[in-house]
Amino acid sequence: MKEVLIAERPKSMYKVSTHYCPGCTHGIAHRLIAEVVDELGIQDRAVGVAPVGCSVLIYNYIDLDWYEAAHGRAPAVATACKRARPDLTVFTYQGDGDLASIGMAEIVHAANRGERISVIFINNAIYGMTGGQMAPTTLLSQRTSTTPYGRDPKASGYPIRVAEMLSTLAAPGYIARVSVVKPKYIIKAKEAIKKAFLTQIEDKGFSLVEILSTCPTNWGVSPVAATNWVEEQMIPVFPLKEFKVPE
Amino acid sequence: MGERVLMKGNEALAEAAIQAGCRYFFGYPITPQNEIPEYMSRRLPEVGGVYLQSESEVATINMLFGAAGAGVRVMTSSSSPGISLMSEGISYIAGAELPCVIMNVMRAGPGLGGILPGQADYLQATRGGGHGDYRLLVLTPGTLQEAIDLVMKAFDLADLYRNPVMVLVDGFMGQMMEAVEFKAPEKLELPDKKEWAVGYRKERGGRTIVKTLSLEPDPLEEHNRRLQEKYRRIEKNEVRHESYMMDDDVELVMVAYGTTSRIVRSSLKALRAEGIKAGMIRPITAWPFPYEPFKKLPPSAKSVLAVEMSCGQMVEDVKLGVAERFPVHFYGRCGGNAPSVEEVVQAAKEILGR
Repeated sequence: MKEVLIAERPKSMYKVSTHYCPGCTHGIAHRLIAEVVDELGIQDRAVGVAPVGCSVLIYNYIDLDWYEAAHGRAPAVATACKRARPDLTVFTYQGDGDLASIGMAEIVHAANRGERISVIFINNAIYGMTGGQMAPTTLLSQRTSTTPYGRDPKASGYPIRVAEMLSTLAAPGYIARVSVVKPKYIIKAKEAIKKAFLTQIEDKGFSLVEILSTCPTNWGVSPVAATNWVEEQMIPVFPLKEFKVPE
Repeated sequence: MGERVLMKGNEALAEAAIQAGCRYFFGYPITPQNEIPEYMSRRLPEVGGVYLQSESEVATINMLFGAAGAGVRVMTSSSSPGISLMSEGISYIAGAELPCVIMNVMRAGPGLGGILPGQADYLQATRGGGHGDYRLLVLTPGTLQEAIDLVMKAFDLADLYRNPVMVLVDGFMGQMMEAVEFKAPEKLELPDKKEWAVGYRKERGGRTIVKTLSLEPDPLEEHNRRLQEKYRRIEKNEVRHESYMMDDDVELVMVAYGTTSRIVRSSLKALRAEGIKAGMIRPITAWPFPYEPFKKLPPSAKSVLAVEMSCGQMVEDVKLGVAERFPVHFYGRCGGNAPSVEEVVQAAKEILGR
């Protein structure tokens, strides 16, 4: 029988194991970016900006030129790179602490200026690398190492809906929220990442894809339970949809 | 070019940067340096450059990280509180060895302080401000003409050493007007940025990462050792100072930079008129500091007097240079006040017992 190749490692991904925990979805998000880079044929001109957080080491897995930004400042770094080199495709990869807490000013203003950059925003409702502290996207009543009695809105406010908030701005071209916890979501997530990159390449403005992701280790649950938690708990608070698409 | 024009300090600094090939400016408004970004917002579009008013000094310095990492000539300007906000980013830029120019038009601190001139950021500029073992080249012009020449030099030094360079002036220098001339900068052999900047993967035949993280101790120690070797090279090659009226029979050696060096210059003449032999050592680079001239003070010297618009910062470097061979005195005004010629003359006379 003739062998037919139906899946392979993306050309722009290194053949290495990641440092991520079992059940973490960073690996899936990384792979989707690499697949899109390959399909668009932009490996030689794509530049990523890594965040501070578990995924700071993303450059160990995706074979591109990279910056490693200070905590929260990836959109500022990407802004200047793109302004200096409009021929490059520049994207950031940021977690919820990086983007929605310490880096809130940078993401809002990069979006508001309509910077021709793409942002991959990983929302797993918790700080991963530092050991499971409350994030701006932590759900109400969710227990973390710094909300041991559950997130109380009177003391710590409400989960921030980044995609909705940025969609109120005029300049962004493409904003979507997706997930990667099941194949049906993964297919849509890849489409969204591709649309985001194309929005940039076609000069149609700022683009952001928020990806609802897991953190079984810090949530204190099994990978399967984490997958279910995203569907049952996160999606009702963070609905999956395209909020803005280029006209 | 080649023609003398009357210009305001801040605008002269900005034009010098453009003539040095700077095409990218990122900044946030703060007094007393606003004429720099305003000038850049007019001029950069004329020369095909990019001006961007950022959301904060924190964003600004990270934009410098991004632009410098892409291999272009980039600068920002700010004033004291803004530089404090940038200090974290300056540490990253120094750690990643990215070339850029940062202008600090100093005002009086601490805190919000005031918008009037000061020289109280000397230690911040020369000793860090940000975290970790790093150094900035710090240039301290005494006239607007020298400021222009040094700004042109600053971009070359940044590229040559892959290091951030700070142009440290006070608010007087930014706000005053003087006749200046823009001379064509001398061309240096500079390294090709395509070897390390992002966006040249194809030309380089492989990727690059502009980064500062190093989780293993030995490589990080090695990186630090390499940085220190670079800093020793800079100390050897780039230290600059001016000796003024430093005759063999000088009794009092004054030390000042920037605006205070101009006040000291006038004070020296007043002292000479009274038969008091005083001279001045004027640092043109604050880091590396010119320690050498203090090792060779003539035997006639009795005392050293540092004059600053601070409560005593550069005087610490003067003491390091003098190494307790002579008494070191300090006279300073702060809060936005500058020492007057009369005050400096009086301080000199008191030290000499005249």
